[in-house]
Amino acid sequence: MRLEKCWFCSSTIYPGHGIQFVRNDAKIFRFCRSKCHKNFKMKRNPRKVKWTKAYRRLHGKDMTQDATFEFERKRNRPERYDRNLTENTLKAIKTIDKVRFRREETHHKNRMKGKVAKERKEARKELDQQIHMLVAPGAMVKDTFAAKVTVKVQHESTDENRMEE
Amino acid sequence: MSQGFRAPSSFALSAVSAFWHRFSDMVQYNFKKITKVPTGKDFVDIVLSRTQRQTPTVVHKGYAINRIRQFYMRKVKFTQTNFHEKLSTIIEEFPRLDDIHPFYGDLLHVLYNKDHYKLALGQINTARNLIGKIAKDYVKLLKYGDSLYRCKALKVAALGRMCTVTKRIGPSLAYLDQIRQHMARLPSIDPNTRTILICGYPNVGKSSFINKITRADVDVQPYAFTTKSLFVGHTDYKYLRYQVIDTPGILDRPFEDRNIIEMCSITALAHLRAAVLFFLDISGSCGYTIAQQSALFHSIKSLFMNKPLIIVCNKTDLQSLEGISEDDKKLVEEMKSEAMKTLIGQGGEPREGAEVLLTMSTLTEEGVIAVKNAACERLLDQRVEIKMKSKKINDCLNRFHVAVPKPRDQKERPPCIPQAVLEAKAKEAEKEKKRLERDLEEENGGAGVYSASLKKHYLLANDEWKEDNMPEILDGHNVYDFVDPDILQRLEELEKEEGLLQEQEDDEVDMDVEDLTPQQQKELAEIRKKKSLLIREHRIKKSTAESRPTVPRKFDKDKKFTSERMGRQLSSLGLDPSKAMERVRSKSRGRKRERSTDHGGDDMNVDDDGSNKKMRVRLLSRSGSRSRSRPPTDVVVPGEGFKDSAQKVKAFKLGKKSVQKRNKDARKGEGDRVIPTLKPKHLFSGKRSNGKTTRR
Repeated sequence: MRLEKCWFCSSTIYPGHGIQFVRNDAKIFRFCRSKCHKNFKMKRNPRKVKWTKAYRRLHGKDMTQDATFEFERKRNRPERYDRNLTENTLKAIKTIDKVRFRREETHHKNRMKGKVAKERKEARKELDQQIHMLVAPGAMVKDTFAAKVTVKVQHESTDENRMEE
Repeated sequence: MSQGFRAPSSFALSAVSAFWHRFSDMVQYNFKKITKVPTGKDFVDIVLSRTQRQTPTVVHKGYAINRIRQFYMRKVKFTQTNFHEKLSTIIEEFPRLDDIHPFYGDLLHVLYNKDHYKLALGQINTARNLIGKIAKDYVKLLKYGDSLYRCKALKVAALGRMCTVTKRIGPSLAYLDQIRQHMARLPSIDPNTRTILICGYPNVGKSSFINKITRADVDVQPYAFTTKSLFVGHTDYKYLRYQVIDTPGILDRPFEDRNIIEMCSITALAHLRAAVLFFLDISGSCGYTIAQQSALFHSIKSLFMNKPLIIVCNKTDLQSLEGISEDDKKLVEEMKSEAMKTLIGQGGEPREGAEVLLTMSTLTEEGVIAVKNAACERLLDQRVEIKMKSKKINDCLNRFHVAVPKPRDQKERPPCIPQAVLEAKAKEAEKEKKRLERDLEEENGGAGVYSASLKKHYLLANDEWKEDNMPEILDGHNVYDFVDPDILQRLEELEKEEGLLQEQEDDEVDMDVEDLTPQQQKELAEIRKKKSLLIREHRIKKSTAESRPTVPRKFDKDKKFTSERMGRQLSSLGLDPSKAMERVRSKSRGRKRERSTDHGGDDMNVDDDGSNKKMRVRLLSRSGSRSRSRPPTDVVVPGEGFKDSAQKVKAFKLGKKSVQKRNKDARKGEGDRVIPTLKPKHLFSGKRSNGKTTRR
């Protein structure tokens, strides 16, 4: 029993799922569900279809090269059964998974690094430029002039009046 | 004559027999070659269809009479010939009971009753002759047929009669076909060759014996009469092939009472020149005592004339020969003496009695080979004796010389077998049979119950691991892809690397741009909401742009654009709307004030001042330019063409009346024939997907 990878979207195909297509040149295409199968029949290139792993790897959305990928490789040579080795392998799989997951997270974080700053800048710009949707420019200008400055000029005038008299 | 030749050695004997083969006729009694006998109806069908296919079919009444006659005569003759042919093959192919070997004759008689058989064949013969006669008569008549119709009628009659004859022999044909099928399945026994016959009571072990010495697979079961017919097996002895015939058991009964199965064995005993092995069950487990068995022996001993007889005591594993009672021993001795008589009668030297009475057990297989050898030897001796005594021997004997090297001295030179081979043979004898998986399977419940553990012989570092189930899948990965001898080391390296990476990671999040205050965020949200609303409306408008006229039929149908609305929007934007609203209102009010002075006594104006401001605005807008210049209605202006003011008033009334209906129908003018959707289908029809439709 082997878990295969879907040719189109690269997700795992569990037993009992999907379709295998064998072409006349004996190349085998495995699909996880009819969506991938139909896309294949439409001759779509998975590298151009946004939701596939091939696209994501090609366009740098997902991690491509890593030491954790080297552990999982199809070996065609059968090994003699060794219980200790099997135990260690099973434990190793779990830790490798954890490591890979963490590394993918860091990759994603690095990718999204400047996003927050950019968003904030854009928000500020929008606020500055589109404020006219909330408040009319005339109203805003009036506000600036609306605040009347009351200056106390009373003392001087009285003095002058007295002096003239 | 006997001193003419010395007693030949055993090798010579077998050589003689082999040589003799070329002179004895070996007719293989093969009843499988008889052609199938069709049923009466089929027979008729076959012949008639053959006639139809193989003779010309076209004849007209305009032909010459000779030609017509010839045509029909040919048909009749052809049919007769076919019948004759087919019936003759049947008659010839079935064996004539008198002409074949008496063994087969008797066997067929026992199985099928000679009389019935002959009768059936006789009927076929009669039918053949009858058909011949019919054909002859009708051909004679046809020679004088004078019209097509007559000739045709004659032919139909002839064919009809022939077919009736054939249908009448239908039952015989069916009977013959049954016989043919049964005969084809008879065992092919050659009555002339070396034969060993096995007889005795039922269940004594005859079939087990034949299973042991030949490749025959006869049914062995605990009930009597398991074997119901003769079975043949072949075995070899001294480079010669012997036929071994297994017979059904015989019971001790008077001859007349015997059934067909027993008669088969009796026939075989009577006619075949064979060595007879009379089986005796000394343990009595067949259900019959030794007394009963010896009684049978004595009743059929007449059949053992001139045949080498050996009495075989079977089932010695249950009861040995020495252990039986005195009376039984006496009976056995009697039988032995009878057997000795046959031995002496054949002219052989009286050897030890061991050759006549043998013991064996088919279950443990001890003594079986000895019995076979003894029987074969006795038979061979007898046959050679007979051949020697016949006249034909002289023809071949002089052509035949066995060369024996002359001994040069009296020294014994036995065959030389190396010591190692002798030792190996001895070891092989004591070696036990290996315990196979097959035996294991049988012990543990058989094929369907026991499943062999394929992992039993695995070579692993530790034998405890043999029955382990290795997992193939874990967490969406194939475990086999990860298995690697130095996986631990690599894992360590990975973890080290990971540790380093984690240290290097920056936790700082660059925040050189500040976040907006909550108030600002609220404002931004509002801005975005308004923008999205605009975009949505635009999208709707865009999608309907093709089906929507660029100039709407009615501007502001929903009366959205009111001055209050304008005021609300302006105030929401932060501006003071009062001035704008005043301006808007003054424009409308101004017109209204001027208009009211002219209106005065116009009783045509049904509308109230307060209501339906819209209509008034429309009226005002349409007639606004004319309102000041128009004089009152009842003043007759000379150029208009009215007789008097009453007429003018009436004219205006009529005019207004004609417009009234249209206005009520909200028509723009006389040319407005627009039919709006009075009963939109989606409101007046259709079932609801959930709920009731009791009101619309």
